[in-house]
Amino acid sequence: MIYLDNAATTRVCEEAKNAALQGFETFGNPSSLHHLGVVAEGVIDEARGVLAGSLGVKEKEVFFTSCATESSNTVIFGAARAYGKRRKKIITTTIEHPSVAEPIRVLEEQGFEVVRVSPGEDGKITPESITRHVDKNTLLVSVMYVNNETGYILPADKIFKAVKRISPETVCHCDCVQSFMKLPFKVKELGADCISLSGHKLHAPKGVGALYIRSGVRILPLLCGGGQESGQRSGTENVSLISALAAAVKRLEPTIMQRYETVAALKKRLTDRLAGREGIHINSGDDCSPYVISIAAERIKSETMLHFLESKGIYVSSGSACSKGKKSGVLSELKVADKYLDSTIRVSLCAENTEEDIDAFVQAFIEGQESLAKIR
Amino acid sequence: MKEMILCKYGEIALKGLNRSTFEAVMQKNIKHRLKELGEISYSRSQSTLYVEPGEGVDIDEVIDRLKKVYGIVKLCRAKKIEKTMEAVLSEETTDYLREELEGAKTFKVNAKRSDKHFPLKSPEICREVGHVICERFPHLSVDVHDPDVTVIVEIREQNAFIHAGTIEGAGGIPIGTSGKALLLLSGGIDSPVAGCMIAKRGATIQAVHFEAPPYTSERARQKVEKLAKIMAQYCGDIKFHCVPFTRIQEMIRDNCKEEYFTIIMRRLMMEIALKIAEREDIQCLVTGESLGQVASQTMYAMVCTDAVSTLPVFRPCIGMDKSEIVEISRKIDTFETSIEPYEDCCTVFTPKHPKTRPTLADVEKEQGRFDFSSLVETAVRDTKCEYIKAY
Repeated sequence: MIYLDNAATTRVCEEAKNAALQGFETFGNPSSLHHLGVVAEGVIDEARGVLAGSLGVKEKEVFFTSCATESSNTVIFGAARAYGKRRKKIITTTIEHPSVAEPIRVLEEQGFEVVRVSPGEDGKITPESITRHVDKNTLLVSVMYVNNETGYILPADKIFKAVKRISPETVCHCDCVQSFMKLPFKVKELGADCISLSGHKLHAPKGVGALYIRSGVRILPLLCGGGQESGQRSGTENVSLISALAAAVKRLEPTIMQRYETVAALKKRLTDRLAGREGIHINSGDDCSPYVISIAAERIKSETMLHFLESKGIYVSSGSACSKGKKSGVLSELKVADKYLDSTIRVSLCAENTEEDIDAFVQAFIEGQESLAKIR
Repeated sequence: MKEMILCKYGEIALKGLNRSTFEAVMQKNIKHRLKELGEISYSRSQSTLYVEPGEGVDIDEVIDRLKKVYGIVKLCRAKKIEKTMEAVLSEETTDYLREELEGAKTFKVNAKRSDKHFPLKSPEICREVGHVICERFPHLSVDVHDPDVTVIVEIREQNAFIHAGTIEGAGGIPIGTSGKALLLLSGGIDSPVAGCMIAKRGATIQAVHFEAPPYTSERARQKVEKLAKIMAQYCGDIKFHCVPFTRIQEMIRDNCKEEYFTIIMRRLMMEIALKIAEREDIQCLVTGESLGQVASQTMYAMVCTDAVSTLPVFRPCIGMDKSEIVEISRKIDTFETSIEPYEDCCTVFTPKHPKTRPTLADVEKEQGRFDFSSLVETAVRDTKCEYIKAY
């Protein structure tokens, strides 16, 4: 099996598996007053330390959630509940993941003004295109760091800094699911007030995510109850998965640059072999994250190519896995030509992928392009 | 208190000398559908099948399943009582309908006395029962024209029964009394409806599905299996044949004119279905076609496809509008599954401008450009088969 769908989810690493198993043994409720509770709480505190360290933030600014969708929903609804009486404008892009786009749409229905900035003709978003909408009435700016369908890297740091210059009160949220542990960044340089993270994109299990909230920014909680996570996210903590997430981060953190180089070389190998071939188009340019490669074989349906590759034991995705068969509006927003929209597949890498994986993919992709029936 | 279900059949009662055969088949079908729900006893008399769930059986689930059994026109969930006026008028009897009566403002009583030896006549029974209900539920008044609740007392051969009205059954005649049918099941809205309509007239349904990986996905097949599973709640267990169709589609593409793709594909599907029908001793093919819905469903196209078939091809949706088909698919609960967005084998090879008025001669000539016979044989040989059960 050759797994090239790492932007959808990743294989759980040994370190995370072991941490999770150990976490199951540490079964105490972190809120309990007795010794077992104290031990479990210790596990979570340690994990919080790891996450905080990796982001360059204070421990009390990191909260554990069930997934990035929950993190983003918390920020968007929580900011609206905290500040929405006075400020009614939300600025975002047209290429956000549904976990951000949908809660914003719900707020729009409730009367918030939403500005969705579309990339320019070159498929890029400039800080200026965002900031020209920012005013004192702006509640929230939510911009992803790396797009999940093409790997496009947004100038998130420039955007947030420019927003803050105009309106320091505006909450800046960044969906960092496809960039955390892939691109080297610290929160301070990124300039976001809130950051959403997911465990299962970095070789931790599904069911755990994290949320950074800069201290001083008020985000009302989505879940209320026993007051866990400083009241920011009630519900008994998932000790085991939180520990697994920290283990995965610990494993990846020292090698961010090294893995970036490895993956960039793999991407180059892939694009070098395919670029220039008749009927093949690579949607992800050199300025994209090397972890995601969006690629089209003209007139061959994405789904057909996907299943053809699957028959060769190669797993990729069509569009993004979250949209399961639905057409991608994000690709056309990123100015991928219409003729490639139905034919685009996404190859997404991790550092465990090898040159052999890439060669096998390239060979199968070309074979598919030559043999499969084409759309008329 | 003994609660039971009276299953009333309509058409079967008119079957003359064959009637007991129909009844026996229906009872067998019901037994099969309910078998893992626990101890249930069955008896029949006077155009009614009595289903008597034992201790601990989930009676709501029993009714849910019975509502989907073809042959049953009406269901009554009733309390069985001793056939005496004392029992009919007892507190225990009226208590059985307490919930319905307390929630109502008006009521009436209907009595059906099929046992003419019973001392009181129907109007007298009504009066007596009405009287005790008025006494025990003083907030109620009688309204014989438009009551909130109709209390029905049935005096039958062995026992008396009381209930608060009937539930509509699935109608039709029992599965297995009309022969076997092979349904061409795609993944769309129409074919499951067509299958259930034929099953309703007593046919045992088998299904054939054509898949074309990599043009169709595992999910598309799962979707069709899910549809068959929902259908099986009505049709009984379905023998499901899955035909590998990729090579044939590719050869049509490579050898025949584009505008004839769909029609030739339909003809080859029919051919394969016929071979499966022969093997399974099946008497007809069933499709979900509706006249004029798409290019391959014109009368001209059907002439060309039917020319292949030596068995009758039934198309129960033929005279229905899409909205009518959708209505039935919602009723049998296949709609939500049918509209899941996966490729089915028809879409990738669809011509831009299909022939709407093909002639048989032209189609045969076009199909003659390639000898499909060995591919058809291979497809039939490699067809995979499984049983899909409802529960």
